[in-house]
Amino acid sequence: MEAIEQEIIDDFALFDTWEDKYQYIIELGQKLPVFNPEFKTDDYRIKGCQSSVWLDASYSDGRIVFYADSDSTFVKGEIALLMKVLSGRTPQEILDAKLEFIDSIGLRQHMAVTRANGLNAMVKQMKAYALAHSAN
Amino acid sequence: MNAFDPGRIRADFPILSERPYGKPLIYFDNAASSQKPKSVIDAITEYYSHSNANIHRGVHYLSQKASEAYDAVRVALKDFLNAPSEDEIVFVRGTTEAVNLVAATFGRTHVQAGDEVLISAMEHHSNIVPWQMLCEEKGAKLRVIPIDDHGQLRLDQVDNLITERTRIVSLVHVSNSLGTINPVKEVIRLAHAKGVPVFVDGAQSTAHFQVDVQDLDADFFAFSGHKILGPTGIGVLYGKRALLESMPPYQGGGEMIRSVSFERTTYNDIPLRFEAGTPNIAGVIALGEALRYWESIDRDTAVQWENTLLAHATVALQGISGVQLIGTAAEKASVLSFVIDEVNALDAGMYLDTKGIAVRTGHHCTEPVMHRFGIPGTIRASFMFYNTLEEIDEFVNHLHGAIRLLRPLNA
Ligand SMILES: Cc1ncc(COP(=O)(O)O)c(C=O)c1O
Repeated sequence: MEAIEQEIIDDFALFDTWEDKYQYIIELGQKLPVFNPEFKTDDYRIKGCQSSVWLDASYSDGRIVFYADSDSTFVKGEIALLMKVLSGRTPQEILDAKLEFIDSIGLRQHMAVTRANGLNAMVKQMKAYALAHSAN
Repeated sequence: MNAFDPGRIRADFPILSERPYGKPLIYFDNAASSQKPKSVIDAITEYYSHSNANIHRGVHYLSQKASEAYDAVRVALKDFLNAPSEDEIVFVRGTTEAVNLVAATFGRTHVQAGDEVLISAMEHHSNIVPWQMLCEEKGAKLRVIPIDDHGQLRLDQVDNLITERTRIVSLVHVSNSLGTINPVKEVIRLAHAKGVPVFVDGAQSTAHFQVDVQDLDADFFAFSGHKILGPTGIGVLYGKRALLESMPPYQGGGEMIRSVSFERTTYNDIPLRFEAGTPNIAGVIALGEALRYWESIDRDTAVQWENTLLAHATVALQGISGVQLIGTAAEKASVLSFVIDEVNALDAGMYLDTKGIAVRTGHHCTEPVMHRFGIPGTIRASFMFYNTLEEIDEFVNHLHGAIRLLRPLNA
């Protein structure tokens, strides 16, 4: 997992401006598999984000796969980034993830606090899924 | 000089030289809250440094000084609204509290089961929910004046909607999400013809043009200090004397009583009857300073300048493909709401924020307006006389940048 985080950090080092960084993130978001619209309900909605974010997860063979969508292009890109690191991992790996790359790539310094909150809420929800499955 | 000189005016507002993310601040969220001139900010420090004491109770020097300054603002507000008497000026926390006060006092005594309260489809939540709560409590009905596709009040429907069961009409003067200036004077005339009083939510009007409550013949008129260059936590409810005098108190406590015993309490006269407890003295005094600022500028020229800003921005936005203005009323004040095809409003707002540009995105506490137009929210730029044409050009430039970045690639 740390290898993936390092890869992301290296990728981002290639960009000069944050617009370029976001261009990249937005493209990642657009490549996310389509989220089943039937799951776009309050049950799957993450609270604490200003935008609408839906998150679902499946668990098999000891690994959690996440599915997510957002009406915000920025947020969807950030989700895609998180998924790169967290999706397909074991519950323990997800729980242990420190996600230091978020700070290293400088995602947070460009945007106001509510944004950071959104990202935190997403991480929290992903870890909650992991916790539920690690208890099994 | 025929053009307004925002350069000179801007120097009065310290916050306008802030640099969010190292970029010059472009503050286009004035409908949410205006910025404050230095004189208003200083008045707060000055009060706490040299006059602070509780009012109307002390015999001592400071209390007298604070009481005089406080009472003088009520008189200044009477002039600001051209109210007949300062007794008709009630201090509240803001527009929201004013609506709640009238709903809980006038509303509770006059609205019964089967009665109706009439509002419009473009009300702020603060002019919906208190009436809804009242109607629920009483078994009364909330009725709504519809709006047209330009975001204008359907004036042709008003007369029909005021029935023999209507107990009060409550209407926004200027819509915070559409910018529409409502024909409140005409609505008041129609309502009065049937003996129905009208509450006017002036949260957005007082900042943009002179209001004369006698000319409007409004029964109640409310606004918030923080939207007219004053501090937060202080607002004004104007009410016609006969109505205020007929109303029971809102909250109980000190100041609002004449005498108290365990058997019986008698209430104070208006306006103190509605002002229980130690008021926001510093807020009132700073609001008085804001009124002084309004007097120091030429209001007609300020209004013209804001209209110039609005017209300039409107034309510029209409020139961007995929931008759709929400709220295209013939009469508008300083609010520009819009959506962009395939670009989420929040994303656009976040992008602009990174450029130091403050706009508001979302439903602006007017969810029913958003439902009316079938959209989740808008991007809203709202102007004040200290904004400039250059700021608008910069904003439009960055909007192009936002669209370039955010529009789906192969659309
Ligand atoms: C039209 C309108 N009414 C009422 C309010 C509520 O004002 P406050 O929050 O100051 O009480 C606002 C403020 O956003 C407004 O724009």
